[in-house]
Amino acid sequence: MGHAAVAYRTGSIALPALLLAGLLTVIGLQTQTFQLPAFGSAMPGPQTVAIAPRPFDYRATGEFIRAGASADGPLVHVEQPAPLEMMKYQVSAADYAQCVADGACRKADKRRRGEGDVPVTGVSYDDATDYAAWLSAKTGQTWRLPTVEEWVFAAGSRAVDHALGIEANAADPAKRWLVAYAREAALGSDGPANPQPLGTFGVNEFGLADLSAVVWEWTQTCASRTTLDAAGTQISHVESCGVRYLEGRHRTPMSTFVRDALGGGCSVGVPPDNLGFRLVREPHWLETLTRGWLPRA
Amino acid sequence: MDGKENIIVSRRTLLGAAAFASVVGAAVLTAVPAVAEDAGVVTGPVPDMSHLPRKKVKLVDPPFVHEHEQIATVGPQVVEFELVIQEKEMVIDDYGTTVQAMTFNGTVPGPLMVVHEGDYVELTLKNPDTNQMQHNIDFHSSTGALGGGGLTLINPGEQVVLRWKATRPGVFVYHCAPGGPMIPWHVVSGMNGAIMVLPREGLKDGYGKPLKYDRVYYVGEQDFYIPKDEEGNFKSYESPGDGYDDMLKVMRTLTPTHEVFNGAVGALTGDNAMKAAVGETVLIVHSQANRDTRPHIIGGHGDYVWATGKFRNAPEVDLETWHIPGGCAGAALYTFLQPGIYAYVNHNLIEAVELGATAHFMVEGEWNDDLMTQVQAPTPIG
Repeated sequence: MGHAAVAYRTGSIALPALLLAGLLTVIGLQTQTFQLPAFGSAMPGPQTVAIAPRPFDYRATGEFIRAGASADGPLVHVEQPAPLEMMKYQVSAADYAQCVADGACRKADKRRRGEGDVPVTGVSYDDATDYAAWLSAKTGQTWRLPTVEEWVFAAGSRAVDHALGIEANAADPAKRWLVAYAREAALGSDGPANPQPLGTFGVNEFGLADLSAVVWEWTQTCASRTTLDAAGTQISHVESCGVRYLEGRHRTPMSTFVRDALGGGCSVGVPPDNLGFRLVREPHWLETLTRGWLPRA
Repeated sequence: MDGKENIIVSRRTLLGAAAFASVVGAAVLTAVPAVAEDAGVVTGPVPDMSHLPRKKVKLVDPPFVHEHEQIATVGPQVVEFELVIQEKEMVIDDYGTTVQAMTFNGTVPGPLMVVHEGDYVELTLKNPDTNQMQHNIDFHSSTGALGGGGLTLINPGEQVVLRWKATRPGVFVYHCAPGGPMIPWHVVSGMNGAIMVLPREGLKDGYGKPLKYDRVYYVGEQDFYIPKDEEGNFKSYESPGDGYDDMLKVMRTLTPTHEVFNGAVGALTGDNAMKAAVGETVLIVHSQANRDTRPHIIGGHGDYVWATGKFRNAPEVDLETWHIPGGCAGAALYTFLQPGIYAYVNHNLIEAVELGATAHFMVEGEWNDDLMTQVQAPTPIG
């Protein structure tokens, strides 16, 4: 399948034009996960994992229509992603509670609310971005939700390719529905999937914990629909940012205010068990300057 | 409820008897059971049971139904069933909420039994000593003794055998009714099921045309009333008795916390979705022992529907949604015409989506473009 002519973000951060040679010398001596020192009473940030750039592929986000019928999105190849620093664990209920106590976050939905050392669940995209803003202010650093591309890059072998592998066929749309339904059912949990203590589901090859287990993670990637012709050339691309993607055992679009997935769509489909999130840290521009001097992990 | 039913029946007996007496005379009245004649029900002296053929049926868990003939090929028989009562904790939603359930055979609902009109149902009801409470069974399809409840109340460690004649064809609820406040509590703790009494000649469309089904599914809808703590979290209890007072308070609000098919949210979705194929005719038996419901097939219809479930009435045709009153079973016949996923819901959509009353059908087959086609795929407006 050819690439869609969509402008896929590669996550690189523009380097500032101004280079301060003196600072570079000092910063170049720091470790790879160097963070600028916190000033004043700033809170230390959460534990993170740095993921070194490597070429990787991921299934393009969004719904795709090819020659008039629903189809798998193209596989997108990213040759040189930016390095990524992501929280090792999902945001915990205890950490989220601090944001609530500060009046910057709403209490999580009580139907799914855990306590203490378990991932916070029952949170919407809006809650996640509120938390990111609060954490950024508290730490003096920049925290945000990952994009789908970043999440798949970080999840590595724990990422699930949701391609159905069925030829698009406008004359028989039901085949894809049936395969998608069976796939989601197989990926869903068999029973109650209550949040478990952080680390319960182990780490992936990069050291990130609890990926694709019982808590799906909000990303900042907007829902979209891309129309391709039979040759795979893009005809149209419409984004809809009131709906964002969750990543986990299956990639799921969800309205940004939803905190508990229940049944999806028109009563069909298998919803995510729990909605939670983890954040990535944007390096300060001074940190980005040091990259070339740092040893590879 | 059963008392009222009895009153109605006895009033009808009197009216029927009076009408009959005025025409035929008192001598005939004593010999003929007037109420039975009036209702078209065939009754008579008890036959010699030792000469009637017997059949032992192994019940299966819903939504499946034990093998049976749609058209009876032999005469009336004694059909033996066994129900073992189980009090047990059951998980009823994806959050792990539990109920101390009371069940017939360990499932909510209890299994669907199938006999033919004129057969005798002979039920062995067992209440093992691992249970804590008295139980019984009230068959809405039977006649007398509070539906059998008056003859079947048993303690843990006891069993009882009840025989009754299936005189009225239709689908009917059965449930536990041990008296007083125990009645609704046992029913909303899961202790209900259904029986299907088929006409000996099978189902008809009301004009004499035979109706057959390729598959039959039994959907038992259950309202649960789970107490919450001060924080709003559902509470769990060690035993049914521990939760009784709290549950009664929720029951009195008449507002269920869960409205589910086959005992739990999602019990008939995903891997457990019901299956069918294009061109197959499916009979869906749906019971709700306590509360009104309104089944609807999203993307389909009810071709022939007995909403109140009684087969001597002509079925309604081409329905979008049908109403089954609480304490009743209904039956709907549908031939699937398109492949895909169908949601079978209680079309109070709040109950379907928020409280759990949703099932799915996965239907294989060839898409029919004539019935539906997407003329233009989603595309930017312009």
